[in-house]
Amino acid sequence: MDVKLRVWRQNGPSGDGAFKEYDAKGISPEASFLEMLDIVNEELTAAGVEPIAFDHDCREGICGTCGLMINGQPHGPQQGTATCQLHMRKFADGDTIVIEPWRAAAFPVVQDLVVDRSAFDRIIEAGGYISVATGAAPDANLTRVPRDAAEASMDVAACIGCGACVASCPNSAAQLFTAAKMAHLNLLPQGQPERFDRALAMVDVMEEFFGSCTNHGECETACPKGISIDYIAHMNRDYVRAQRANVRLAGQR
Amino acid sequence: MTATESKTDSAGKTRRSLPWPIRFYKSDVGKKYVMAITGIIGLGFIVFHMLGNLHAFEGSQQLNEYAEGLREIGEPIAPRTMLVWIGRIGLLVALVLHVHSAYTLTRSNKRARGEVGYENDRNYLAANYASRTMGWTGVIVLLFLIWHLADLTIGIKMANPDFSRGEVYDNLIASLERWPVFLLYVAAQGALALHIWHGAWSLFQSIGINNPKFNHWRANFATTLASIIAVGYLTVPFSIMFGIIH
Repeated sequence: MDVKLRVWRQNGPSGDGAFKEYDAKGISPEASFLEMLDIVNEELTAAGVEPIAFDHDCREGICGTCGLMINGQPHGPQQGTATCQLHMRKFADGDTIVIEPWRAAAFPVVQDLVVDRSAFDRIIEAGGYISVATGAAPDANLTRVPRDAAEASMDVAACIGCGACVASCPNSAAQLFTAAKMAHLNLLPQGQPERFDRALAMVDVMEEFFGSCTNHGECETACPKGISIDYIAHMNRDYVRAQRANVRLAGQR
Repeated sequence: MTATESKTDSAGKTRRSLPWPIRFYKSDVGKKYVMAITGIIGLGFIVFHMLGNLHAFEGSQQLNEYAEGLREIGEPIAPRTMLVWIGRIGLLVALVLHVHSAYTLTRSNKRARGEVGYENDRNYLAANYASRTMGWTGVIVLLFLIWHLADLTIGIKMANPDFSRGEVYDNLIASLERWPVFLLYVAAQGALALHIWHGAWSLFQSIGINNPKFNHWRANFATTLASIIAVGYLTVPFSIMFGIIH
């Protein structure tokens, strides 16, 4: 199949960007979206043109490195998958495909389609950890976790930090990412000692970089892991409780 | 993780951090919480006001008595109009907080989006017309509110030349018989209904009321409430235009 690509090209973080058009000819419908870009890049390299820079790593939807805005939808027209799991059979012969990088002030473009997502790392650093010792792998069974809590925690732990939630949000908010990373620990017994400190710290850092939630629900549909916006409500509740309860200072003068 | 602990300034003196409501309001999550709470206050008023309006169908005397009755709430324990003024001040504070947080959040969201947007039209799957026009419908409702107070509460001559204090029923008819006022009223109710349709769902998320047992009816609640409010408010101007109330 033949498709036309309209790709954002930007030579470095400070360079001016523009859209360039490329023809991808003779692409197999079984090719993945990233393989299609590989083929185009090989042709560009052979022609002496700088290949299109895009992020990718595992190519099986578990690392969160890839992420492209394809025809106005994060990770493309297929829901519940990352860009690497999208196949060309989802497109028709002769389609024009617009490929853009994630857009948000906190995600500056590094080059072409590659953005810097280290703002997510700042949020994790603020509270995405526990400080209690949980021992080695065999000790995992020492702390009993209710099954429902374990399941819910696993649901949010599925977040791969790709940034599609921010990319899809009309406010460039990172609530779904932050809520997932927070709930992942706050749902488990091991996460309880720092639960409210975590809520305060992670939200405060999130707000340094990202917008606020107006409950469009767009992030939920963009998330390759289908993480629910229910967790955003849980985060909001923990945040207000953390402000009010002040449990850390009880009994201290 | 020292957001709530007291901080030490450069002179080595310990200074207490701000009281929690102020600190909370400084955060975006806190502002959204305040928007939800003040929205609930507004919804309470809107429903109460709608029910009051329906007294227009009982005729001139009943509506005027109802309006006078509002001023007398709390008598003889509280002085006349005291409770109504407390209510008005409370509503005004809620409105100011609602608008201030909306304005501040809109500006910070704009900053968070950055300078370069998407070229391709976004293919929205979840966001709807109501959720994406909250700012505009809010501004329309706010402007209407100012007009509405000038027209039927304060009775500024420019807005309503036939206004006569205490004659609620006659003032209402005189104002809504004018075509432009009627159309403005209908448009404002449309904006209000859209605003409530998203807002009455959204507020549950903002204050963290989320439970799989009832999550499915949060959206139904918002749709029902928005419909009841729209229908309830629109019966009066339409009845005046069609001569049912005269």
